[in-house]
Amino acid sequence: MRALSAFSAKGEEFIPPSSKDFVLPPIFGDNAFTTKPIFLIGLSVILISVFFVLSARKAAIVPSKFQFAGELVYGFVRKDLGEEILGHEFKRFMPYLFSLFTFILVNNIFGIVPFIQFPTFSRISFAYVLGIITFIVFHYVGVRKQGTVKYVKDILFMPGVPKPVYILLTPIEIATYLIVRPLTISLRLFANMFAGHLLLMIFILGGEHLLQGAIGLKLVSPFAFAFGIALTFFEFLVQCLQAYIFTLLTALYIAGGLADEH
Amino acid sequence: MNSFIELAAGGAPNPLLPHTAEIIVGSIAFLLLFLVMRSKVVPMFEKAYTERTAAIEGGIAKAEIAQAEAKAALEQYSAQLASAQAESAEMREKAREQGALIAEEIRAKALEDAARITAAAHASIEAERAQAVTSLRNEVGALAVELASKIVGEALDDQARQSRIVDRFIEDLEKSK
Repeated sequence: MRALSAFSAKGEEFIPPSSKDFVLPPIFGDNAFTTKPIFLIGLSVILISVFFVLSARKAAIVPSKFQFAGELVYGFVRKDLGEEILGHEFKRFMPYLFSLFTFILVNNIFGIVPFIQFPTFSRISFAYVLGIITFIVFHYVGVRKQGTVKYVKDILFMPGVPKPVYILLTPIEIATYLIVRPLTISLRLFANMFAGHLLLMIFILGGEHLLQGAIGLKLVSPFAFAFGIALTFFEFLVQCLQAYIFTLLTALYIAGGLADEH
Repeated sequence: MNSFIELAAGGAPNPLLPHTAEIIVGSIAFLLLFLVMRSKVVPMFEKAYTERTAAIEGGIAKAEIAQAEAKAALEQYSAQLASAQAESAEMREKAREQGALIAEEIRAKALEDAARITAAAHASIEAERAQAVTSLRNEVGALAVELASKIVGEALDDQARQSRIVDRFIEDLEKSK
């Protein structure tokens, strides 16, 4: 859409990409359920499910290459995010952590896949959904493990702290557990994807605009494209990292709920 | 939907505001993925892990048992070998003793035999000598008689000379004894 508008705006002033470029119109009529991000979310679920169901189907002791590929991802989440953080109880949380990691990873990578090129989590709604689910999960785990009274009491009055400190600490703890954690975990994911996509758009649309300008500008344009390509690789790193961080933080929050004292 | 209206109005939409349709679809999509992972993927991977662990641990246990068995067999064989060696050494020792004993017996017997044979030889030589002496005596006697008769027959006339001859003869005989 941007490309088209930039093309039609030949010779005109360069309009930098903005948050408008993340609001994609419905593909079919006025139906808000037919936007590109929504299709991408659906596509990601199908891709991940098909890949991992087929990979895990045989569960052979000696894995095929396909099963090995699936196990590689699962083993990474299982060991680095599950076992090491959650200890012996980690298996209960593996479906959630693994869904979270693969879901975020694939949707993020959509941002650099040719023809798709849209990181779904640059739409904050999806990031909010996952943040809220993580919020519910870690509080639920904490309450179930320690009992409501002890869990709430430990948040409000952290044990082993001198009483006057509670004046400062209690509001901070409340804010941490109720607002900061779900909000930051969502915003971190969203902001990284949003900024990354914006950056790529600036270099690639900018390069395109330069190419349509005067001869001097045309010569500069390849540098903008080259930088755009370099940033694409950088984005891939960020996309993987953000999937990891979101899952890692979720695991840490759950671990906090599982621990008797946090 | 709000954001579309804002876009139409020309203002930049606030990217932090959630979008209803996306919230709904996002929740459903993630829930579906979670259900698939929980029912079809994670249990299967965990099953593979468990079975693999069991297979590896079973293999290790089997190897340990085999090793223990091999070690026991080795010990048994070494023990057997040691006892066999001791036994053979003992047998060798016994054989040597017996050999020495037999040699000693044989030597004693040989000495005895030699003594006996020597004694027999001495006896037979003695007997032969005695026999020779006896026969010699007889022959000497006969010769003496013959000589005497010859002498007697030749010169009986000379009584005195005859008695001298006989005396001398006997004297000689006695001297030669």
